[in-house]
Amino acid sequence: MTPDLIYGLTGMAVFGIGLVGALCAQDRLRRVLALKLCSVGAAFVLVVGAWREPPGAPDPVPHALVITGIVVMVSATAVALALIRRLQTLEAEDDA
Amino acid sequence: MTLDLDMMMMAIFLPLFGAIAAFILPRAAALVGLVTLALTTGAVIALGLEVRQSGAVVLPLGGWGAPLGIDLRADGLSVAMLALTSAVGFLVSIAALDALKGADQARERQYFWPLWLLLLTGINGVYLSTDIFNLYVMIEVIALAAVGLTVLSATRAAVQAGLEYMYASILGALLFLMGVGFIYLQIGRLDFTGLMGAEPTAALIAAVALMFVGLALKTALFPLHLWLPAAHANATAPASALLSGLVVKAALYIVLRLAQYMPFPSETLLTLVGLMGAGAVIWGGIQALRAERLKLLVAWSTVAQIGLIFVAFARAGEVGLTESWKAAALLILAHGIAKAAMFLAAGRIKDEIGHDVIRDLDRAPVRPTLAQFTFALAAISLIGLPPSLGFIGKWSLMEGALVAGYWHWVAVTMLGTLLSVAYFSRVLSAFLRFDRIRTPVAEHQGWALADAAPLTLALTAIGLGLMAAPILRFIEIGYPFGAAL
Repeated sequence: MTPDLIYGLTGMAVFGIGLVGALCAQDRLRRVLALKLCSVGAAFVLVVGAWREPPGAPDPVPHALVITGIVVMVSATAVALALIRRLQTLEAEDDA
Repeated sequence: MTLDLDMMMMAIFLPLFGAIAAFILPRAAALVGLVTLALTTGAVIALGLEVRQSGAVVLPLGGWGAPLGIDLRADGLSVAMLALTSAVGFLVSIAALDALKGADQARERQYFWPLWLLLLTGINGVYLSTDIFNLYVMIEVIALAAVGLTVLSATRAAVQAGLEYMYASILGALLFLMGVGFIYLQIGRLDFTGLMGAEPTAALIAAVALMFVGLALKTALFPLHLWLPAAHANATAPASALLSGLVVKAALYIVLRLAQYMPFPSETLLTLVGLMGAGAVIWGGIQALRAERLKLLVAWSTVAQIGLIFVAFARAGEVGLTESWKAAALLILAHGIAKAAMFLAAGRIKDEIGHDVIRDLDRAPVRPTLAQFTFALAAISLIGLPPSLGFIGKWSLMEGALVAGYWHWVAVTMLGTLLSVAYFSRVLSAFLRFDRIRTPVAEHQGWALADAAPLTLALTAIGLGLMAAPILRFIEIGYPFGAAL
């Protein structure tokens, strides 16, 4: 087993854990965190794929994809969290 | 360097700047929105004329060109989708002026325009991209704006549905991103030209399958449709029209493009896609029959219609894909126009009557006749009665399936049509019954200028059926991809 295979499989496993969480978790915040885990896994796989044996330089394109992915994910998480807060406020109003 | 005002750039950047302007100037938001839409529509028309005259046009952004840079490209199909977006968008905007005029809707008015213009940026971006990573970014722009539109009314049900939509959207985008990454790691290219020459290895098929699952989540293909009915049914009427008429089409379009440019994985996968579509047609139909509220019924019908588009896609197997995408494209156009009309009409009916419980529609003393007429016209196109565009779409679906000898897809289409007749009849028969209330019903009650936009859309959906041949010729411009380069 080469290191990049181990890292790659780890990335896939992290993505898988996130996927299960996103589909099965009941709690709203947990689902957001599970989706974050998914994105970390996906980024991990891409970064590992860009890696080359030491004399060769890593491929910069997947790094660029990962950075864009991170930016997108930050804003998506922000929206999801804002929605959760709003929903909690609305529920508290209804219960009161 | 000359400042070259390219129409493709305009189609993406005008709405973006419009969105920013509408956000900064909330008082003038509606004006900014309408002006932006008019200008964008102008750009799309100019682009369409250019494409019709000289075939597909390509713009290498910054002069770099693929594979290093990013290309924008417009061919017949792109322009047709852009035109659908502009036309539907413009009429929905006009309807929104009326739908959001209430005194308690100041917040909705303020945020509708920036969100909708941002959505337009993303949708136009999708139709002009030739790069799968660019497509990923654009579908994220669409997702964020679409969730914003879903929760615009800020009711508990809408926010709940918006949150579910957000989860589905993020997950879909991540699956798509994962697929994009795997494709890059294997063939080292992200542009369509690079994908075209790729050898269909098992690993590449897996990557495409990942992307497909992501897109299926975004376009709500059965059994990944769970978020759609609540999201589309609980949004305000103009937002619902945009979400159902335009937003789901963007992901569908990407599926169409992928099938055009990549060697399609395998016959089995294509059959699976068709079966998922068939599941959507049947399940969506049954749920629409059971729906208690008008907007929920319309939302479930979207699930069924999207399924039908995937059936059109799979209708003649792998070899038939070179023709099948046209049937799918026709159905996409037909559904986009008719569903926007129907959601707007449903919104008008709800506004006039005060509720949208289907069982009590025939007990209302108010008869919004024009909105009901619009609803019926849209239903005609969605059911697929001649001469509507929906009829032409279904016809070419079945024709292709018959030629290829795939009878089962014909059966599914027939069943879907039957179901749609059944669930729309539930509503239409309530419109036609006048014997349930004792007070006299005024014949022309509830007409308003606000009915003009949905009525125009519904009439277009029917009338375009007569234009099907030119439309078909137009969407073929620049296909196949390599020929125009």
